Amino acid sequence: MRHTVAVLVENKFGVLARIAGLFSARGYNISSLAVSETLDPTISYMTMVVDAEDEKILEQIKKQLNKLIDVIIVTDFTKKNHIDRELMLAKIGYSAKDKAKLDGVLDKIGAKAVQRGNDTAIIEMIGDQDEIRSLLEALKQFGIKELVRSGRIAIAKE
Amino acid sequence: MKLTGAKILIECLKKEGVEVIFGYPGGQVLPIFDALYDADMRFILTRHEQGAAHAADGYTRATGRTGVCLATSGPGATNLTTGIANAYMDSIPMIAITGQVKSFLIGNDAFQEADVTGITRPITKHNYLVKDVKDLAKTIHEAFYIASSGRPGPVLIDIPSDIQQQEAEFIWPEEIDIRSYKPTSFGHPGQMKKAAKMIASAKKPLIYAGGGVIISGAYHELKKLTEKLNAPITWTLMGIGCFPSTHKLSLGMLGMHGTVYANHAIMEADLILAVGARFDDRVTGRLDKFAPYAKIIHIDIDPTSISKNVKVDIPIVGDAKNILGQLVEDINKVPDTSEWLKTIETWKKKSPLKYHDKKDIIKPQYVVEQIYKATKGKAVITTEVGQNQMWAAQWYQYDYPRTFISSGGLGTMGFGFPAAMGAKIGAPDKIVFDIAGDGSIQMNIQELGTCVANKINVKIAILNNGYLGMVRQWQELFYKKRYSYTTMTNPDFVKLAESYGAVGIRVTKKEDVLKAIEKAISIDKVVLIDFKVEEEENVFPMVPAGEALNRMIEGLA
Repeated sequence: MRHTVAVLVENKFGVLARIAGLFSARGYNISSLAVSETLDPTISYMTMVVDAEDEKILEQIKKQLNKLIDVIIVTDFTKKNHIDRELMLAKIGYSAKDKAKLDGVLDKIGAKAVQRGNDTAIIEMIGDQDEIRSLLEALKQFGIKELVRSGRIAIAKE
Repeated sequence: MKLTGAKILIECLKKEGVEVIFGYPGGQVLPIFDALYDADMRFILTRHEQGAAHAADGYTRATGRTGVCLATSGPGATNLTTGIANAYMDSIPMIAITGQVKSFLIGNDAFQEADVTGITRPITKHNYLVKDVKDLAKTIHEAFYIASSGRPGPVLIDIPSDIQQQEAEFIWPEEIDIRSYKPTSFGHPGQMKKAAKMIASAKKPLIYAGGGVIISGAYHELKKLTEKLNAPITWTLMGIGCFPSTHKLSLGMLGMHGTVYANHAIMEADLILAVGARFDDRVTGRLDKFAPYAKIIHIDIDPTSISKNVKVDIPIVGDAKNILGQLVEDINKVPDTSEWLKTIETWKKKSPLKYHDKKDIIKPQYVVEQIYKATKGKAVITTEVGQNQMWAAQWYQYDYPRTFISSGGLGTMGFGFPAAMGAKIGAPDKIVFDIAGDGSIQMNIQELGTCVANKINVKIAILNNGYLGMVRQWQELFYKKRYSYTTMTNPDFVKLAESYGAVGIRVTKKEDVLKAIEKAISIDKVVLIDFKVEEEENVFPMVPAGEALNRMIEGLA
């Protein structure tokens, strides 16, 4: 199962390595990661997406995260009502004749073209994992030449 | 007043009450050694950095005070790592200080450079690379606090040599506040109430205690509770000394080489009160068969230890001393354990710890028993790892905490001798005996030099069977006696001891065993006794790996 786990940490060098080490030492891959400063510049926020088939191991990792000296709070969004988003940029094959077709796709899914050139266009989308997946599906017809995605970020609902 | 980083370090160590540092010099710690030259601080120059780390660890285990070791960058630091990992696995508070190449050279593959904070990240409770001399005092104070609080562990401080040379105002931070680190020390009152109720309704309660009891200083509280409940008690290797072995409620050690009756008790108990123990695989045997009838209450300061291996019914997170003290007060109804104790008594009679003693051959168990006799149970015993360790655990009766010092979690051969050295410095009035094997003693034998030079008069008892005995035992039992690379060609240990300036005694006859031990104790020098013991003796009872605790090989008819 995919888990979105967020940690509030001291904004210091080495903290990311400590956190990553807890996962890698147990043979777990972090499939997505987003790190940034918070309103308090001495604190950073890290959001990770992890595939963990064994709940017990994930539970252990969360406890281990809490045990790290530099970790302030650990939140597991998996069972919490939350909103999550990722940012995607894709460079696709494009020429002027594709305009109507591309606009149709973008309007339907809620993405936008941030640049249109003679051979390629760059598409930007902010959305959850499913929305981005359906956009990518729809963009395949143009030919996806490059794709970059941010790590997922999440926030709890009321 | 402005001081160099090196002097600030020494001042901080004094403020922390450090009385001795174990270590080894080198290029990137020259400023620290220069400051040590006229500092009011005892320094023990070991012969290998691993010896320094184990000595600091042994010092801590014998005294409860945080030990300190010091090494240079690169190879100095990497030589410490086994000792650091060892302390980490057994939750031993220790401070490791390493020199680092000059801060502007870090990452350039400078001479004797290693990424020491990177290397030690998974084997320390926390570590620091100091990049500004102004942070040094605060870092050291934090490091000692982190090492010794909560679930203790080693903390490493890596200090580049230019930081050691730079000057800063020495300001000792009286207060420490780490917002992200607040260990829980008192048990949750609701959980405590539930636990008291569950204990009251038990018929076959069993206390299972670990090293946490010793670390938290809960010896008296545990004794009070055990006696109040009139419940049998067993302990782990790390728990040895947490309760008097000679007490009538004692079942001794459980697990792979535990007593038959302790393991039966686990398998039959209807309630297990686990205190400061972590259900290690050497203790539980086959997990899905462990304690099938028992509800489990688990007291531990570390939430990650709870329900890690065995599902727990009532977890109580906090310090064992506080919680046990509180439980003694909270429990107003105690279970009637008379029938249960009778059953256990029959197990004790039927399957006591035993070995086949012989007239003409020295049994290793016999040697340990004679050490007990000669020291009247008052010595500090350290062990190496393997058969010597298990015999030392089984055949010496420990009645006090901090008298049995052994590498439990990591299982480090070569630990016992340097640990004995540290223990003797911490407890100079005690007799300190390292019970060793002929294999493991050679892993840090160079520390004979340190002991002789500093008059650290420890005693070494080598149970010399000419084998790497524990591995040989496994090869005998599970690999058809194919003794693959477990035979030792040994030096003449007596001559070796003598060449270092220590006293060497060889014992080949049973009737000389006790005399040799008494002689070793009476000589105020480092003494090594080479006991030629039964070569293919096995440690029994034994639970084969992956078997349930009641599937023990008793070894004897």
